[in-house]
Amino acid sequence: MHPFNYQNPKSVAEAAAFLAKGGDAKLLAGGQSLIAAMKLRLSAPTDLIDLSGIKELAGMKTEGTVITIGAMTRHAEVARSKDVLAGIPALASLAGSIGDRMVRNMGTIGGALAHNDPVADYPAAVLGLNATVNTNKRKIGADAFFKDMFETALEAGEIIVSVSFPFPKRAAYVKFKNPASRYAIVGVMAAETAGGVRVAVTGAASSVFRVAEMETALAANWSPDSLAGISVPADELNSDMHASAEYRAHLIGVIARRAVEAAR
Amino acid sequence: MKVSMTVNGKAVSAEVETRTLLVTFIRENLRLTGTHVGCDTGQCGACTVHMNGRAVKSCNLLALQAEGADIVTIEGLAGADGTLHPMQEAFREHHGLQCGFCTPGMVMSAIDLVNNHSDPSEETIRAELDGNLCRCTGYHNIVKAVMAAAANS
Repeated sequence: MHPFNYQNPKSVAEAAAFLAKGGDAKLLAGGQSLIAAMKLRLSAPTDLIDLSGIKELAGMKTEGTVITIGAMTRHAEVARSKDVLAGIPALASLAGSIGDRMVRNMGTIGGALAHNDPVADYPAAVLGLNATVNTNKRKIGADAFFKDMFETALEAGEIIVSVSFPFPKRAAYVKFKNPASRYAIVGVMAAETAGGVRVAVTGAASSVFRVAEMETALAANWSPDSLAGISVPADELNSDMHASAEYRAHLIGVIARRAVEAAR
Repeated sequence: MKVSMTVNGKAVSAEVETRTLLVTFIRENLRLTGTHVGCDTGQCGACTVHMNGRAVKSCNLLALQAEGADIVTIEGLAGADGTLHPMQEAFREHHGLQCGFCTPGMVMSAIDLVNNHSDPSEETIRAELDGNLCRCTGYHNIVKAVMAAAANS
């Protein structure tokens, strides 16, 4: 790991001020992706700004039918939160399926979203459940947040403060896991939300995406059978040692049907 | 930079480089070599310790991230008179080890597992231990040991 300066701010404003100083500064949340990338020298920031001491990024609160989760909330906390289990069980189970228990004890929702790893689980939750990402500057809707591989709508100096999830009428997340890493080879969040049906796919392409044809079919009839005959073209899907693009395209159909079935 | 924390009940502090990993601090500064470095990429779990009561991978964490934290390593489990922790005793009783390299991490992870699942099934134990790799593939007796420890807790 290359040397770096370490900062430990106590407020979001202080963290933003460190970011604004220039250099190649990075925010450190749980560090479960960043520290590993720095050890491999894939990432070599000049400054690391540790967010763990900032109280305003911690905690969860439920207001009516919306639960707002602080950016530094660990996956394990989301997985066992009574409020999340009651309001959005699909989100609790998704959080409980990330990595392994030690990773879940450190990894955070804000870190996972800012990183936007194409095989991560949380992007499917945010896009599938039509969540809102609240930053120190604005509110970003799910459809505008994810741009491309490791790329989001976050601007320089922008810090995720929390994520607000409206309770869906029904939802389920199913993933076909890489047996070693537990990352999604294909993961699908299928949800019926107040704003309509949403189907979000992670793991398959350069970034999470929605499948409009599936959403239309499920809006007419929420049944796995509604998805028969709907396929996602393999052209833009990932091919790697774990799965070919054609296999991923096939998996999307299978996993989406399982998610719809689980959310009946 | 200066870092201070409590390790196995004892206050410790040292001057470290910012890039010092928690596992390096534990092994090289404190000379507590029971915490192992296996893969060094956050996958195998041999470096698992408890930070404020939660199992974490100390090779994927900066020492500075543990500032002010309460850390417990494998050396902190047994009683002062050498009495093994019930989980260690269960691993001994059921021979939950072969070469022993993964054992400290397995034990630390298993304690966290049992703390969070009061009556885990074999399936739960196998699923929840997925962050700890045993390259001897000695999982069967490890799972037996964790089941026994959970039943006695």
